[in-house]
Amino acid sequence: MLNFIVRRVLLMVPTLFVISALVYFIIDLPPGDCVTSQIDELLARGDADALTRADELRSLYGLDQPLWLRYFEWVGGIFRWDFGLSCQDTVPVSELIGERMALTLIMESATIAFIWIVSFVIGVYAATHQYRMGDYVASFIGFVGLSVPNFLLALVLLYVGKVYFGLSIGGLMDPEYIGKPFSWGKFVSVAEHLIIPVIVIGMSGTAGMIRRLRANLLDELQKQYVVTGRAKGLPPMRLLIKYPLRHAINPFVADIGGLLPDVISGSVIVSVVLSLPTTGPMLLGALKTQDVNLAATFLLFVAVLTVIGMLISDLALAALDPRIRFGATSEK
Amino acid sequence: MTDQPATPPSAPQSGRTPHFVSQEKWDPYVAERLTAEQEKYYMAGQWKLMWWRFRRHRPAVVSMIFLALMYLSTAISEWIAPYDLHSRHSAYIFAPPQSVHLFHEGKFLGPFVYGLKTERDKETLQRVYTPDPTKPMPLRFFCSGAPYEFWGMIDGTFHFVCPPEGGQFFWLGTDRLGRDLFSRIVYAARISLTIGIIGITLSFVLALVLGGLAGYYGGWIDSLVQRITEIIKSFPHLPLWLALSAALPVTWSPLVIYFGITIILALLDWPGLGRAVRSKLLSLREEDYAAAAQMMGAKPARIIGRHLLPGFMSHLIASATLSIPSMILAETALSFLGLGLRPPITSWGVLLNEATDINVVAVNWWLMLPVVPVVLVILAYQFMGDGMRDAADPYA
Repeated sequence: MLNFIVRRVLLMVPTLFVISALVYFIIDLPPGDCVTSQIDELLARGDADALTRADELRSLYGLDQPLWLRYFEWVGGIFRWDFGLSCQDTVPVSELIGERMALTLIMESATIAFIWIVSFVIGVYAATHQYRMGDYVASFIGFVGLSVPNFLLALVLLYVGKVYFGLSIGGLMDPEYIGKPFSWGKFVSVAEHLIIPVIVIGMSGTAGMIRRLRANLLDELQKQYVVTGRAKGLPPMRLLIKYPLRHAINPFVADIGGLLPDVISGSVIVSVVLSLPTTGPMLLGALKTQDVNLAATFLLFVAVLTVIGMLISDLALAALDPRIRFGATSEK
Repeated sequence: MTDQPATPPSAPQSGRTPHFVSQEKWDPYVAERLTAEQEKYYMAGQWKLMWWRFRRHRPAVVSMIFLALMYLSTAISEWIAPYDLHSRHSAYIFAPPQSVHLFHEGKFLGPFVYGLKTERDKETLQRVYTPDPTKPMPLRFFCSGAPYEFWGMIDGTFHFVCPPEGGQFFWLGTDRLGRDLFSRIVYAARISLTIGIIGITLSFVLALVLGGLAGYYGGWIDSLVQRITEIIKSFPHLPLWLALSAALPVTWSPLVIYFGITIILALLDWPGLGRAVRSKLLSLREEDYAAAAQMMGAKPARIIGRHLLPGFMSHLIASATLSIPSMILAETALSFLGLGLRPPITSWGVLLNEATDINVVAVNWWLMLPVVPVVLVILAYQFMGDGMRDAADPYA
């Protein structure tokens, strides 16, 4: 087991390295840099000595150095929790991102938990009550969840909330808690504001999970050992939990690998629509202004999150299924 | 069963009906002779069987017809849209949708709209449009209206529907520049629908080439392709799409951006298909017929293209169809966020970009209407893809 973990962790390192390099170079690809747009703005405002400031700014941000040097400086800094200067506000990136990353992490974990719990309950219910009302309702919800794109759902909810209930869904906490240290009241406020984004982001993932769990469990329920168990008089609940559910749960855990990128993608766009104080809107802004350090840090954060999530899912799967522990691959 | 008599009783004294024995001559080949219908079924080719099977999936067929109509509409957008894509009506900014009526004061008049009266709200300074119920203005059909260039080439003025004489017809309202939203949705379908097709074609080709190489040759090519697909698959697509499309230079023309976006979509989409190609090829190349072809001196390209690919082409097409909606969605999302297509190229995402500000939308709800075609098309693709996947293996 230890061997397995070490191998997986070691595999993460080159992956993250490749991703970080790719991301850094891609963001820097288009002509111009973040100073260009700032200077343009200053010029438009009629600031005459903007051009002289340009060189000053460029050397401040290290933009006069070649790209690869900047990249290695940035990567080297990561280990000291120093991500360079953000071009937008001339502050260190690490100051900008702290709370946003924490909130993103909370939101995404909450979404994953939501997806798991809801799809587990509904999936098992739908499979054990096949072709009954509840099953049809679950299938219908699943279908809507799969076909309505989450940012459009967020947009519609935002509209409905605004027009019919007069509330603004935006934000992740009540205004009085912004910038305040952590407290119980803040926690409750954040939890309340999380409900809608979590449902919106988790919708499609939940729908897919329900479908898969239902199909897997239905397959298992038709097998002979279930019939045998039932014939021998096992209580239905015990029979279900003890045997078929354990088989059916396997792909469920394995799927988190596919689920996580979806959740992260969804959280980026949904938080832009709902203007949540998470990484999404800031990433978008950073990409638009070519703030390389800031954008690359966010993207690397996303990559780390994904890779760790994959690792957790692999470990959970290995713990659950001895075949994987001993080198065989999981069937997907 | 031992107490039953050896011969059945001649009279129904025990209440049983007498054992029936047909006196006709029995033809021992009856089971083997095929009716004309059966003959047709057994002789049908693979694609024909698939079509029959697909036809049984009603929602899929309905979706296919719907999609076909949508794509047909993109060929004649100029005729369907009553206005041009960019024509502005400065007198009608944020005009609400005009409803089409049939009866005026109890009299049947045919489809008509009421003219709009414009007032300014003294407090909010917004324009308020109210229908003027005194003068009905009948719509014109198959008429000559706003001039356009058909596909940018042939001049024309023909429309299916034109605004009434001296009036306007904004079926779905207008936007902040007074452009007719219905016309814009019709034109935007051209971009939104084709981007999925072009993108999936590119991704399909990539998947065939790279997945084919990996599956057929194995070895280091295989492990390289595998690593690449793993990295792409494991990374969240949206941030990567954002980064890539932010990397498209602002100086490019909108049309080049359009192709750039399709290429970006394809670049991140092919691994799913490529994996399917690879695993199928890996198993199929061990088949005897592949070995036979190899021994007869066929080149790899021929073996893959002629002998191996046809074996799972239908599966590939089905799964490609299932990933078209995600492409359409991705484009919509990118344009919605302002990193995708740029005006004057108009897609549904570009239209939705105007709905980003919720305060504007709360007053002018019709700006959200481009959501409807997006959701409908995605639903239709999903149903059709499901049907195709079920039909893809007709011998199952």
